[in-house]
Amino acid sequence: MAREVSTGRKAVVTAIAWGIGLLIFFPILWTVLTSFKTEGEAINPHPSFLFFDWTLENYHTVNERSDYLGHFWNSVVIALGSTLLGLLIAIPAAWSMAFVPGKRTKDLLMWMLSTKMMPAVGVLVPIYLLARDTGLLDSKTGLVIVLTLVNLPIIVWMLYTYFKEIPGEILEAARMDGASLGAEILYVLTPMAVPGIASTLLLNVILAWNESFWTLNLTAANSAPLTAFIASYSSPEGLFYAKLSAASTMAIAPILILGWFSQKQLVRGLTFGAVK
Amino acid sequence: MTVTVRALMGASLLLVATGAASAQTTITVATVNNGDMIRMQRLMPDFNAKHPDIKVNWVTLEENVLRQRVTTDIASKGGQYDVLTIGNYEVPIWAKQNWLLPLDNLGADYDQADLLPQVAQSLTVNGKLYAVPFYAESSMLMYRADLLEKAGLKMPENPDWDFITEAAAKMTDKAAGVYGICLRGKAGWGENMAFLTSMNNSMGGAWFDMKWKPQFDGPEWKKTLETYLKLMSSYGPPGASSNGFNENLALFQTGKCGMWIDATVAASFLSDPKESKVADKLGFAPAPTRAGGQNHGNWLWSWNLAIPASSAKADAAKTFVAWATSPAYAKLVAEKEGIANVPPGTRTSLYQNEAYLKAAPFAPMTLKAIQSADTQHPSEKEVPYTGGQFVAIPEFQAIGTSVGQQFSAALAGKANADQALAASQALTSREMTRAGYPK
Repeated sequence: MAREVSTGRKAVVTAIAWGIGLLIFFPILWTVLTSFKTEGEAINPHPSFLFFDWTLENYHTVNERSDYLGHFWNSVVIALGSTLLGLLIAIPAAWSMAFVPGKRTKDLLMWMLSTKMMPAVGVLVPIYLLARDTGLLDSKTGLVIVLTLVNLPIIVWMLYTYFKEIPGEILEAARMDGASLGAEILYVLTPMAVPGIASTLLLNVILAWNESFWTLNLTAANSAPLTAFIASYSSPEGLFYAKLSAASTMAIAPILILGWFSQKQLVRGLTFGAVK
Repeated sequence: MTVTVRALMGASLLLVATGAASAQTTITVATVNNGDMIRMQRLMPDFNAKHPDIKVNWVTLEENVLRQRVTTDIASKGGQYDVLTIGNYEVPIWAKQNWLLPLDNLGADYDQADLLPQVAQSLTVNGKLYAVPFYAESSMLMYRADLLEKAGLKMPENPDWDFITEAAAKMTDKAAGVYGICLRGKAGWGENMAFLTSMNNSMGGAWFDMKWKPQFDGPEWKKTLETYLKLMSSYGPPGASSNGFNENLALFQTGKCGMWIDATVAASFLSDPKESKVADKLGFAPAPTRAGGQNHGNWLWSWNLAIPASSAKADAAKTFVAWATSPAYAKLVAEKEGIANVPPGTRTSLYQNEAYLKAAPFAPMTLKAIQSADTQHPSEKEVPYTGGQFVAIPEFQAIGTSVGQQFSAALAGKANADQALAASQALTSREMTRAGYPK
């Protein structure tokens, strides 16, 4: 039963929640605002919040100088490719861990998570050499493979948590009706786990979209995604904050919109299993 | 033969045919985002018209990302890049590792002898040029002539630090938001340490003695840091410990600084009336020395084009490098973008061009600053290294940045000069011992 909450208390809690929300969102808002300022205004030690001369000049310059669509397409291929490949591997893996756990399943899960604890730069040289020898430097295929491996532990963990929530009896029933292993996963488990799979997919698209270490280090001219597009606007000598902000805004806009429309699934996915 | 096999054969034949038709070589140029480089990208139609067989791909990255990226690629012979934009700090170090190709025979009309000798020398190892300068800079004093006059002072031909302190005090008007002096405070080997290493050279100091022993416990560094902290805490802008080149540029452009000692390239930004409110009130002078001293700090920086030994397309890369740094390129920029926009600091002929001297009032001082920089003898003392505002050893990036953090903390008031110097001495000794010096 829900506890009764007074209106005053509710208002306070709401105000605090909004405050924290705005605080977290503020850097993004500031980036967007800065992208509409002139370079001089962008670095002004006494910045004005809304009352400045709004200009589209930075967007104009960025579009003129860089191939936004090319970078955008690379980001789409890399983010979606690595997520789909990851799901293809992770769904069977999570199935076996959730429904037919072995003696070492828990250890295996922990070990997988531990690979995320090592700083990426520690394996930069070996991976760079492997990519060089297989001809995968500056290729989208190479990045799809690397990002799949980087995010696989998270995908497996998330799916494992969702699958654990699904009663094994339903799968048993399907088996008794003569469903093969493939049919059991494809026709029984997957449809029931769709919300979980969807939120895993969304979260991983976002992670892959924003990944900047491997995408910067393994690309040059041909397969550089939007992270490289942003990085090209920092300047050692000369003002660049407004143009950099415009480039950042253009780079995060697609994922921000995607996140906005799918926030219900995302929140559900992230809090799934929290209440037992 | 099945239809599939036939189709495949046909497709591969087509592929071979298209491959033969376009015998174009594609080269990849790694660069940083600065005004001169962006301008070059706009002028590419000229290169494409002259060399239709070479296609140029650009990779523009943030300076430190570029360094890391390019180092990984060269060290592992990845061959991703055919032309690199690197500083004169890297050139001698990388050339000694055989990472770069020597650049000779750049063409009959290249006129290698026209390159400024000070700049060319910093890119030469064992008599061979390993990179060609795209633009170069030294440091100088930029000041507000109107504020100096108002203060009743006259800029000497060779200002010393005592004069700078006096002028800073008189020009400061905190109520009006005017600070007598703006200097770099942000930590980094290429940020505050570029300025402070240079200032220490001008005080007669050095980073190391002939046995590679760090000199932060000596009187010169103490004088350098104390003078710097006094200037900045009394007459500098608030929050200076996070100011780098760009922040000071913005402050000066908006009329908040009386004096600024930094890269000569800043003068062209300050003189642009579209960006700068003080474009018509500027004065230029050599970087300060100590009273009676001759050494202006020996600051010399150039952005250069080099070809990595791992490039498989060295010939095409060389063609591009020669085009981008030739006298003909300077002419092209003058025609299309105005003569004031020709990349500065690389060729003697530019400084003999009347039209350029007229369009760029800061040019004589820039030339004088570059010519007074001696990268082979950065300190008045005998030292085992070359350099200027940096020490040309691979370890300097890490050590310089760590020391820069100590000095930046002192500027922010988190430590005093003695503590910062003691910490710097300790950390530099430790790192140098670990790196196995003396070598």
